[in-house]
Amino acid sequence: MKRKSFDSPYDLKAPAGAEGWQELYPYNLVFRDNLREKEDNKFWFCDSQHWPNVFKPFETVGVEFAVRCLGAYNTRHYIIPPANGIEFRIHNGYCYMSPVGVAPELIPDRVPHFLQRAGHYFQNWDSLLENWKKKVHATIEEMDAIEFTALPEMVDWSIIESGAGIDPTAKMMADYDRLIQLAYQNWEYHFEFLNLGYVAYLDFFMFCKESFPGIPDLAIAKMVMGVDSVLFRPDDELKTLAMLAANLGLADVFANNDGAAAITAALGTTEKGREWVTAWTNAQNPWFNYTSGNGFYGSDVYWRDHLDLPMGYVQDYVRRAAAGEQLHRPKDALIVERDRIVGEYSEILAGDALATFQGKLGLARTVYPYVEDHNFYIEHWTMGVFWRKVRQLSRVLNGYGFWNEPDDMLYLTRDEVRPVLFDLATGWGVGADCIAPSYWPEEIERRRKIVAALQTARPEPAFNEPPAEINEPFTIMLWGITTEQVAQWLGGDEEDPNALKGMAASPGVVEGKARIITGPEQLDQLQPGEILVAPVTAPSWGPVFGKIKATVTDIGGMMSHAAIVCREYGLPAVTGTGSASTKIKTGMMIRVDGSNGKVEIIG
Amino acid sequence: MYTFPFDSAETPEHDRLGGKCTSLAIMTKAGAPVPPGFAVTTDAFDAVMNQTDLLQQIKALQAGLDFEDVKAVDAVSAQIRELIFNQPVPQAVHEETHQAYEALMALCGGEVPVAVRSSATAEDLPDASFAGQQDTYLWIIGRSNVMHKIRECWASLYTSRAMTYRQANNIPEEGLSMAVAIQKMVNSRTSGVAMTIDPSNGDRSKIVVDASWGLGEMVVSGEVTPDNFVIDKVMLHPVKRMISDKHEELIPDGRGGITRHEVEAERRNSPCLNDEELIAVARLAKSAEKHYGSVQDIEWAIDADLPAGKNVLLLQSRPETVWSQKPAEVKITSTGSGIEAITNSLMAQMADRFGAK
Repeated sequence: MKRKSFDSPYDLKAPAGAEGWQELYPYNLVFRDNLREKEDNKFWFCDSQHWPNVFKPFETVGVEFAVRCLGAYNTRHYIIPPANGIEFRIHNGYCYMSPVGVAPELIPDRVPHFLQRAGHYFQNWDSLLENWKKKVHATIEEMDAIEFTALPEMVDWSIIESGAGIDPTAKMMADYDRLIQLAYQNWEYHFEFLNLGYVAYLDFFMFCKESFPGIPDLAIAKMVMGVDSVLFRPDDELKTLAMLAANLGLADVFANNDGAAAITAALGTTEKGREWVTAWTNAQNPWFNYTSGNGFYGSDVYWRDHLDLPMGYVQDYVRRAAAGEQLHRPKDALIVERDRIVGEYSEILAGDALATFQGKLGLARTVYPYVEDHNFYIEHWTMGVFWRKVRQLSRVLNGYGFWNEPDDMLYLTRDEVRPVLFDLATGWGVGADCIAPSYWPEEIERRRKIVAALQTARPEPAFNEPPAEINEPFTIMLWGITTEQVAQWLGGDEEDPNALKGMAASPGVVEGKARIITGPEQLDQLQPGEILVAPVTAPSWGPVFGKIKATVTDIGGMMSHAAIVCREYGLPAVTGTGSASTKIKTGMMIRVDGSNGKVEIIG
Repeated sequence: MYTFPFDSAETPEHDRLGGKCTSLAIMTKAGAPVPPGFAVTTDAFDAVMNQTDLLQQIKALQAGLDFEDVKAVDAVSAQIRELIFNQPVPQAVHEETHQAYEALMALCGGEVPVAVRSSATAEDLPDASFAGQQDTYLWIIGRSNVMHKIRECWASLYTSRAMTYRQANNIPEEGLSMAVAIQKMVNSRTSGVAMTIDPSNGDRSKIVVDASWGLGEMVVSGEVTPDNFVIDKVMLHPVKRMISDKHEELIPDGRGGITRHEVEAERRNSPCLNDEELIAVARLAKSAEKHYGSVQDIEWAIDADLPAGKNVLLLQSRPETVWSQKPAEVKITSTGSGIEAITNSLMAQMADRFGAK
C-alpha cells in the first residue's frame, strides 16, 4: 500500500531506552509540543548525508553553525530573491531539514539588492577569494594557538611580580568562548562564496537543461568540474610520498607493520630515510588536517592526530607502486574528456546561444573550484583543529575526575560546558572539591545510554506530506532528493527486492563483491576489486578509491563526495539509493550501473 | 594470397580486391560495421585462368566477332562462360577459399547464408554503370554452393553485356581480372532507424532510435509501433525509453525469402535492444553524422548470428532533411551570463519552489 504522507515527527516514538532524548539537545533544536500545528505543516527530510549518525550533545554545534550561516547568506547578505535558508531540527538524534521560501509578493523587492550584492562578489571573485583565504587562515592560526592545560598549584610568580592580578581560570574561560567564536567565524566564511558558487552553477545547469532537453546531470558536472581540487591534495601527497620512498630505495622499510612511529624511527637511521621523514613531516601541515569522517563529529579521526592512518595508506601505495601500478589519478584523460564534452555540446549551438553557453560555463568554472575546495579549509582543517582543542579541554577536565572517559565532554552541550569551567574555577579557587565529579559521571552515563539507544534505529527519511513535485534544484542537486526518490520512500516495499535506484553519479557498469562500510574505522576491511557500499562516504576515504571497483551510497546527489571522487577516479557510482547499505550485505555479488543509476543484487 | 578478409590488417589493394571488396575492406578498417566477409582475390581468378591456355581460347573465340550481332555475341559469351565454369580450380585456391569460408562461418557461430558478389578491377569505369554488369547472388548456403557462385562470378566477366560494354568503350581485354566478395547476409534479430536529431523539437544533442524485432521494413512502413529511445549524443547515455507492444516481425525464412511472424507474448513488450546494443546503435549513428558532416538518418540491424560487440550493422545512412534545415525549438529563460542572467534563472526556476505550502 502506497502512503501519501510520511509520519509526523510527533507521532514517532523514540527507540526503547531513548525516552527523554529531547533533553540532551538545545531546546530550539527539537520539535516542541506547542508548535505541532506549525511544524506538521512543513515537509522535513533527513539530512543523513552530512549527519549520518546520532548527535552527541556537543556535536550539534556543527549543524547549528553551518545551516544557520547558510541561511544568513541567502536571507541577510545576498537577499537571494526566491529563497531564504533551511530550517533544521533534531529528531531521535538525527537531523531534519525544511527549506524556507519567500512569499511571491516579496520577491521583486529583493531583486535589486541581490543584483548589487551578489554582483559585487561575482565581479570581484578572485580578489575577494584571495582575502577569504587569509581570513580563514588567520582564524585557524588563532584557534591553533589556544592551549588548555591543567591549572597550576599556585599562580605563577610573573603574575605576582607584574601585578597582573588575574589567575589562569579567566583565560581558560575566555579561550573556551573564543574557540567557539572562531569556529562560528569560519562557518560564516564557509558560506560566503558557497551559495553564490551553487547559484552560478545552477544558472549554467538550467541553461543546459533547456538547450539540450534531457541532458544527463553528469554531463553538466563534467563540463564544470576542475581536476585539481585541493580536496584531492592530501591523497596526492601520500602518493607522492610513496613514490619518493620507491625512488629512494626505501620500499622494504614500509613492509613493517608496527605503525608510523616505528617506521619513521627505522628511517631515521639512514640519510635517505631522513630525507623521506622530512618530506613526510612537511606534508603534514596543512594536508594531514584531513578527516576520515566529514568534520561534523567529535569522534572524527584526523590524519594529523592518528599518523598510523596516513602511514597505512602510504604503505599500501608503496606496495602498489612496487607492483607497477599507476598511482596518480588520470588527470590528463579527465581534461581530454572534459574538453571533448564541451566541444561536442558547443558544436550544436551557434550565435547567441553559443555565446551564452560559453559565458555561463566560464562563470561556473570560475566559481566552481571554491565549491570543491572550501571543504578542505573548513570541514577538514578548521574542524580538525577545533575538535582537537575540544578533546584537549575534555581531557584536562577528565583529569580532574569530572567524567570517566577522556572525550566525555561531547555528552554536554557547548553551553553546559561554561558552568563546568566555572565549577572548576570555583573549586580550584576556593581550595575545595568541585561539584562536577559528583554530578557529571552519572549524568553522562545516562546520556550515553540514550545516545546508544538512539543509534540502534535508522532515521525515517522524511516527515509529513511532501510537495507534489520536488523541483527545487538545490534539494535535487545537493541531497539527491527527487520526486521519484520520495515516492520510493513512501512506497515502502519495492517491486523488485533485488534492484535499487539512485542517482547516475559516475558512469560505467561493473559487477563485483559488495563490502558494507558504515564508518572509517572499517575501511581496512576493503579488499582490492570490491564494491564499496556505504550510507555516505567522505572525501578523505580517497586512498581506498584506488583499489575498489565502484561505489554505492544511501544518500547524496551529483555533487556529493562519493560522486565527485568516483568521477575523479573514473569509477562507476550510484548515490542516493536510500537503503543500499542495509539491503545489500557484505559478500553479495552486485551490478552497479553508474550510467543509469541502477544497482542490482545478482548473487 | 587468394583470399583477403575485410577486417585484415593488411592494406587493401584495388588491383587484388576489385572495387567492391576494396571499399568494404576500407569501411571495415574505418570501423564502419558492415556485415563481415572476405574477398576471393584476383590472384585466384588469374590462377584459374592461367593454368591452361584458356585466355588464348577466349581470344580466339572473340576474334572477328560482330558486336552488332546480338545472337552471335550471346553464343560466344555462353561458350566462354562454359569454358571458365569447367576449368578446374587449383588446389591452393580451393583450400584457401574453404578456410576463409569456414573462418567466416565460425565468426557467425555456424553455417549461415552469404551473399556472393563480383568485384571488378576495371578502374577507369564509373562504378555504377559497370557494377551492374556483374552478378550478385543472395542467401547462398553451404560451401559447395558458394564455390559454385564464385565460378559464376568469374564467368560473369564475359556476359554479353560486359563484352559489348568493353568493346564499345575501348577497354582492352588484356589484364582483365575479377575478385569476388563473400559477405554474410544480415540476419536481423532487431532492426530499425536512428536519427542524429530529436525530430520532436529539433534538438541536435540527441539521437533518437526506433527499434523493433526482425527486419526493419515494418518500422519504416509503420506497421508496428517500435520501441523508442532517446540518447544523449555527447555522453551516449540513454535519457528516455518507451517500450511498445511489437506484435509482428519479418524474418528471413532461410531459403532466400522473408516471412511474417507473430511475436511471442514474452517478447512483445520486452525491449528489443539492451543498453549495450542501444549505445552501439547510437555510436554508429553518431559516427555516420561525423563522417558525412551532416545530420543523418540511418538504418541498422542487430545480426542474430554475430557475437555481441560485432553484431550491430550499418545498412544505410542518408542525410536528414526536415529538421536540420530549421532552427531547434528551444526556449531559453536566461540568455547571456553574469548576475542578471543568474537572477533571471533564479526568478524563473525557483519561485514558488522553496518550502512552505
